[in-house]
Amino acid sequence: MIKLLITALLVFLAALAAGAFVPRWLQFMLTMALANGLVSLGIVFLMRGGVVAFGQGLMSAIGGYTAALVFNMLGWQDAILLPLLGGLMACLITAPFAPLLAGYRGIFFSMLTLAMSMVGYGILVKTDSLGGSDGFNMGRVTLFGQTLADQQVSFTVYAVTLFFAVASSLFARIYFSSTRGLITQAIKDNELRVEYMGGSVSRSMAINFWLASFLGGLGGALAVMALGHIEPNFSYWTASGEFVFVAILAGTQSVVAIMLSSVVLEVVRSFSSSYFPNTWQLALGLFLLLVIRFLPQGLGSLRPGKKDAS
Amino acid sequence: MQLALTILVDGLSYASWLFIVALGLTLVFGVLKILNIAHGSFYALGAYAAASVVAWFSGSGASPSLSLLAMLLAAIAVAILTAPLTERGLLRFYYGRDEVLLVLVTYAMFLMMEDITKLIWGANPYYVSEPYALFGNIDIGRQSYVGYDLFLVVLAVVVGLAVWWGLNRTRAGKIVTAVIHSPEIASSMGIKVSRVYMVSFAVGIFLAALGGAFTAPMISVQPGVSVGVIIISFAVVIIGGLGSIEGAAIGAIIVGLARALAVHIMPVAELFSVYLVMALVLVFRPEGLFQRIQARKI
Repeated sequence: MIKLLITALLVFLAALAAGAFVPRWLQFMLTMALANGLVSLGIVFLMRGGVVAFGQGLMSAIGGYTAALVFNMLGWQDAILLPLLGGLMACLITAPFAPLLAGYRGIFFSMLTLAMSMVGYGILVKTDSLGGSDGFNMGRVTLFGQTLADQQVSFTVYAVTLFFAVASSLFARIYFSSTRGLITQAIKDNELRVEYMGGSVSRSMAINFWLASFLGGLGGALAVMALGHIEPNFSYWTASGEFVFVAILAGTQSVVAIMLSSVVLEVVRSFSSSYFPNTWQLALGLFLLLVIRFLPQGLGSLRPGKKDAS
Repeated sequence: MQLALTILVDGLSYASWLFIVALGLTLVFGVLKILNIAHGSFYALGAYAAASVVAWFSGSGASPSLSLLAMLLAAIAVAILTAPLTERGLLRFYYGRDEVLLVLVTYAMFLMMEDITKLIWGANPYYVSEPYALFGNIDIGRQSYVGYDLFLVVLAVVVGLAVWWGLNRTRAGKIVTAVIHSPEIASSMGIKVSRVYMVSFAVGIFLAALGGAFTAPMISVQPGVSVGVIIISFAVVIIGGLGSIEGAAIGAIIVGLARALAVHIMPVAELFSVYLVMALVLVFRPEGLFQRIQARKI
């Protein structure tokens, strides 16, 4: 445990130091990658139990709208508080559905979560007070009550996003090795046996769903802080598809691979949209096909040493 | 009463093309066990191909009524050209994988086809309104309806019956049913399973392209037409039950009517009414209306 904490701290400090020296466009790209990686990390919590949420865009949208609304209406502008509120709100709004969703498996779980996110999208598009299909902007965040200068905002949002990404990855690593985490893995293999042995499948899956919702809201709020804008497309199915894309790309064997995969996706997207503006989706699709074909367990399976540890 | 009739006609008209598209989706799922996100892209290909062929037909001075035949031929061409390429050239390498992973494979196909469509037809919209006026207007009660919309209902019934007949009353249909139940045993009985997969996939694509081709006169054919169709046809097959023709028909009617009801009575709910219905059906019938609940394996 101590070794894990020290490693996480070193990773955080190294990435923080590196972030201070990279150009602002790269800083922004990394911030978005880490924020989106948090949403995908939530999907991995569920994937370990054998289900894939195709509606995580909704959690991201709830987190994003919460952060932007709290910022604009209540005047709370703190960069640490807003993502936490986003995560909590996503958790609260979706909490009543968790026990219901815990009973679904396979493609039906994916489709029900997808339906929920599309209902959310439809409501957001038609809600004029939330800006309708255009959404609305949010201003510059503060940190511990300190107003930040123009050149500081980007780095601060990067640092906060990095902090949440490392802390959540650390939590995930510990959770996956805990009894509850191992039960989740057993559910994927054979849930009836888990029940026979006294484990509660529905409770485990509901907790995983809550955690996934929290991470989705957290990631959405951080993305909105970086972008300065929120719109209903956060909840559209193509956004959810990208989060699943990252989760599949990473696999379920390593939490570090999730953040790396998200960075890889952002890099592939940014470069292919810069250099092949008309064919970047073609490149992205080809890339995904190759990963699924040749790395069916995701990038996490490339890790040397023991398998299936986390 | 007039409003109810309008909702019914609008709902059935919307359900008709949706049924044709969803029928292809459910057929592919039934045989290949793939929920194909790229199905919407084949719908778009059908729409683009029809737009091009009808424009060429009109330019050559052919009779406007022949444009219906041109749209049919466009859908057939899309199926013949793309099915072997995608099924033999791509999908077969992923058979046997987890069904959610297969959804991701088709998601990748969807991304690629979006760009390929743009590369072939460009980003500008295409309009082919000529066939839409072919059947004139038809008066029902005090309301006048576009004849083409009602023609689509007839087309959907014909297509649905043809697929049902093909699967239930022909030798080829029995072979497909055998492959659905057990590809291994079907193979040991001398059936070439890979060929059944390819032909079934081609029929599925043909139905998607047919739906696209015959809706082309009603819409502006432009990049992005596939995105909305994918999820709404998913809703249809999930409501009806994956792999069921009857389910696709009932699902399409439910979706069509739900949307028409929302449009006429509560426009604010238009965008999400369909998904709300889908969620409600899944809550009470987790595997859809026409799917038997499967026992969990120990």
